[in-house]
Amino acid sequence: MFSFAPTIVLFPLLGFLFLGLFGARLRNEKLIGILGSGTVGLSFLVAVALFIHMLGLEPDQRKGIVELFSWIGTFTGTASSVNVSVAYQVDQLSILMTLVVTGVGFLIHVYSIGYMHGDPGFWRFFTYLNLFIFAMLNLVLADNFLLMFLGWEGVGLCSYLLIGFWYDRKFDVGGYAPGKAWTNDAAKKAFIVNRIGDFGFLLAMFLIVVQFESLSFDAVFGRVSVMTPGSDVMIWITLLLFLGATGKSAQIPLFVWLPDAMAGPTPVSALIHAATMVTAGVYMVARCSILFALAPATLQVVAVIGALTAIMAATIGLVQNDIKKVLAYSTVSQLGYMFLAMGVAAFTAGIFHVVTHAFFKALLFLGSGAVIHGMHDEQDIQKMGGLKKYLPVTYKTFLIGAIAIAGIPPFAGFFSKDEILWKAFSSDQGSVLLWAIAAAGAGVTAFYMFRLVILTFEGKERFDHHHAHPHEAPKTMTVPLIVLAFLSVVGGFIGVPESLMGGNALEHWLEPIFAPAMTTLRATPHHGGITEYLLMALSVGIAVAGIYGARTVYMKRQELADAWRSKYRRTYQVLWNKYYVDEAYDTLFVRSTVKASETVLWRGLDVSVIDWLVNASAQGVAWLSSKVRLIQTGFAQRYATIFVGGIVLVLFWLMFK
Amino acid sequence: MLTEYILTITIFLPLLGGLALLLVDKGSVTTIKMVGFGATALTFVVSLYLYFAFDTTAAGFQFQHKVVWIENLAISYSVGIDGMSLLLILLTTFLTPLALLGTWNSITHRIKEYMVMMLLLEVGMIGVFAALDLFLFYVFWEAMLIPMYFIIGIWGGQERVYAAIKFFLFTLFGSLLMLVAILALAYSASTIPGGQFTTDLYVLYGVGPRLALNVQSWMFLAFALSFAIKVPLFPLHTWLPDAHVQAPTAGSVILAGVLLKMGTYGLIRFCLPLFPDAAFVFTPTMSSLAVIGIIYGALVAMVQTDMKKLVAYSSVSHLGFVVLGTFAMTEEGIQGAIIQMVNHGLSTGALFLIVGMVYDRAHTRAIADFGGVAKIMPVFATFFMIVTLSSIGLPGLNGFVGEFMILVGSFKSAFLGSSAYSIIATSGVILAAVYMLWMYQRVMLGPMRPDRLYGGHALTDLTRREIATLVPLVVFIVWIGVYPGTFLKTSAGMAKQVVQTMESARQGGQARFVELKNR
Repeated sequence: MFSFAPTIVLFPLLGFLFLGLFGARLRNEKLIGILGSGTVGLSFLVAVALFIHMLGLEPDQRKGIVELFSWIGTFTGTASSVNVSVAYQVDQLSILMTLVVTGVGFLIHVYSIGYMHGDPGFWRFFTYLNLFIFAMLNLVLADNFLLMFLGWEGVGLCSYLLIGFWYDRKFDVGGYAPGKAWTNDAAKKAFIVNRIGDFGFLLAMFLIVVQFESLSFDAVFGRVSVMTPGSDVMIWITLLLFLGATGKSAQIPLFVWLPDAMAGPTPVSALIHAATMVTAGVYMVARCSILFALAPATLQVVAVIGALTAIMAATIGLVQNDIKKVLAYSTVSQLGYMFLAMGVAAFTAGIFHVVTHAFFKALLFLGSGAVIHGMHDEQDIQKMGGLKKYLPVTYKTFLIGAIAIAGIPPFAGFFSKDEILWKAFSSDQGSVLLWAIAAAGAGVTAFYMFRLVILTFEGKERFDHHHAHPHEAPKTMTVPLIVLAFLSVVGGFIGVPESLMGGNALEHWLEPIFAPAMTTLRATPHHGGITEYLLMALSVGIAVAGIYGARTVYMKRQELADAWRSKYRRTYQVLWNKYYVDEAYDTLFVRSTVKASETVLWRGLDVSVIDWLVNASAQGVAWLSSKVRLIQTGFAQRYATIFVGGIVLVLFWLMFK
Repeated sequence: MLTEYILTITIFLPLLGGLALLLVDKGSVTTIKMVGFGATALTFVVSLYLYFAFDTTAAGFQFQHKVVWIENLAISYSVGIDGMSLLLILLTTFLTPLALLGTWNSITHRIKEYMVMMLLLEVGMIGVFAALDLFLFYVFWEAMLIPMYFIIGIWGGQERVYAAIKFFLFTLFGSLLMLVAILALAYSASTIPGGQFTTDLYVLYGVGPRLALNVQSWMFLAFALSFAIKVPLFPLHTWLPDAHVQAPTAGSVILAGVLLKMGTYGLIRFCLPLFPDAAFVFTPTMSSLAVIGIIYGALVAMVQTDMKKLVAYSSVSHLGFVVLGTFAMTEEGIQGAIIQMVNHGLSTGALFLIVGMVYDRAHTRAIADFGGVAKIMPVFATFFMIVTLSSIGLPGLNGFVGEFMILVGSFKSAFLGSSAYSIIATSGVILAAVYMLWMYQRVMLGPMRPDRLYGGHALTDLTRREIATLVPLVVFIVWIGVYPGTFLKTSAGMAKQVVQTMESARQGGQARFVELKNR
């Protein structure tokens, strides 16, 4: 059964190749849409079949590796030389991610048929989407670091292509003056910032090769037992891997690309920049949990970065007015929670949040897409309001998504977020401070989400009725919304903790994956009894308070918002300008590098020094020969004089030496 | 019978084409083009025989053909190939017809002379990669210089004469020193008991390593200088941007695609095995220059305003990787260096063709003159994108395979002794994305020019001929990226041998050192 695994990857590849080669000639949106979605749907079906098959197996049998062919290697037959295969590994973790990627991916493909209707690049869009799914599945199913890296950079490429999909449109990108940037600036920024992370990933792989003489997960993880916990090399490997993760999953310091990635069509934001690709970093850390377990210092870094990103991005989300930017910062923030989970060794909780987040954030993005679609490309929530009358399905599903992310039980987000908060408090790697930051972030999350809901759907209609005629989206768009809303409601039940009489099916399912890491960390499950219930109640209370706060400020007493804005002008400015991180990077790294390369290296060193020396030496030879040739005058008398003079000199030298 | 002559046939087949051209009237342009293209295409087909008949399991050189040339000096016409030379010969015979096809209508005057020059150039290039006699190598090396000089000087751009002379003098300066070193090495063969003056590479492989370190060092420097200019290694690279910008498109394709590899080929073929002890001494220098070149080339490429110049500087960066892999002297490093030579030939060759296709239409190469071209030329945009991605080393395409192997190889190399080279070089992958994507963005993306005119001309998408030129390149770009085994297997034996030679030389050197100390 496991031997079918490569077909999961194959279908989207075929879809990509077919659409890429013939898509332009098809000129039939329906056919292109069916082909594009169908390949992903097929992958999903194979994944489901495989999953059911695995359910029937003993836990230690739930793993299969299919090796296809030798990819990169020296081919010299030397055992210590690099040799990497294209091989896929299906286990509890990768099948779970595959189900999410293909399942949510399929829904978003279907949604795109409606959303992209009439776009001249319709076929191109589906080509890229299929390529994305192909790359993402390589990332998830790879049995070694290098193939994972192929997927890793592949999804980055698709992200690049899709952010800049409408490459002739303007888009405000951080670090550029307002009105001066294009969507393709955002695309390029995403690719390059990701490459900085990839630099870390590459170096980590080199270290792994040197240390373990292999890049396959099985071999590396099997050989780690010889490593001393906390050794320098383990800390370096994990820190560098985490640098890669901060790029792909938009954490401090490399988060700046994700908010700008909203330049892409909204289904892209939902699929790539919310549900799947950006969680790749979390997945990678989970996959390498044993390595991180051997580097407790790195775990601390991961937890702190995660917590800080969570609160920082959430506060920025408080003041943004672009519906997609709010969601983007929300994604950055939620990814922070996932890394916090990884850092406190709550690997299952982190993956749990990846899954539930995929449901509710995809839902929220697709909902925002329906709004934008219905409002004729308007994205400013200050120019919306009262839309629930016009877009009832979108409103209801969006509300469900908002409740889920805010963490109200029994919606999906509650269980996963609460699990993270509890572990941040109780695990050996956790602390009260980490919990407090995360809990505060949860309150802010509830607040900004309901600010978004209220400003968009409730209250007075602030849009111009002459320009905008809000209307509900077509069926291809609303059906995926309903399915995702359903999943956002019930998705949490896969991981109901034992303290709430749940079986925590997810934890049991993933246990074999994380067991080595947990053993290494000597982690013991903490069942805090009364403390756990108290904290749970507290986090629900915080969420409710956040929602209530948003309702008060934006529905009941709207003057408050303006009053606060003028009272805390400085703070507001800092948040509105996203802590000036883009500006700082731009000045420190981008402009200075370009300027120095141009003036110092090129015009300075290359042209004025090196090439000058080259030309000067040539001119020197020319000058010298122009002087020396004067000796050759053609007058025999002068030659004879010099000749005689020479003889005299030689004679003198011979006589008096 | 055939195995003995097949290599000689491959080398001189283009020359036959050149001779045939002499019979063609210079007015019949199409016939001239067809004969020229036909000769290079036939050469490619013949060279494919080499690939299929090549035995990857056998050690040493194959298809050897040796004829005594100057008996007293033991100089002979001796050719033969191993995995590395085979791949580079195939690259040459593959790129030459494509370069001609891709620039079918670009050259309008003195077309017959142009075609003859291209054919002579190919003879020289194949010869360089096949020569097993240093004197013969030198003859081919210089012979190839002349047609290239004319191609730049006659069919080049505005500053063609300056660029051609600069190219010529730079290269000649290096190669004359190499000639001195060749003669010195050949002479030193006679100082060994029972030896005689010879330029036979086989014999010299045994002679070079036995020379004293200071003698080795001088000879290494003379060879390496010649090769470093060709590569070009920082700071000897300033001929390259001028030569590339001024050369006609086909010239640039061949220059970047094949000629630069002669430098790195020479380093692996001659500098390492002939003078191993000196190579160890100069490894830090050469690797440092390579790493500087990687970063420096990328940063300078980033701020270029002319597309061709940008690609030219990117070559300085890419070839830096090859030199780094060479001096890593690990299996990964050498294998990576060899495959990266092929990769660079394909990607940069394709990039020059692409720039040439734009130039043929707009008659400008200034990046600022473009924008939004993807809307007008979608097919072209796709090819350009794939080649750009190949150049920035995206996994799944060819560039990544070479870069990764070189970086791993240099990271773990005991010869380099420090991972710092590899770490700094790795940061080059970030810069590569910056300069290539920035160029792509400014040329292809964004809004179209208001009048849709570029350089005063309307653009049209690629013709079938142009597509036919780019498709084979893209096929191999993907092939090497997905299944590099086809090519890595070919050079595996050779790479292993180089590494073994260097490792035993190092141990031998250490043993000698210990012996001296104990005395």
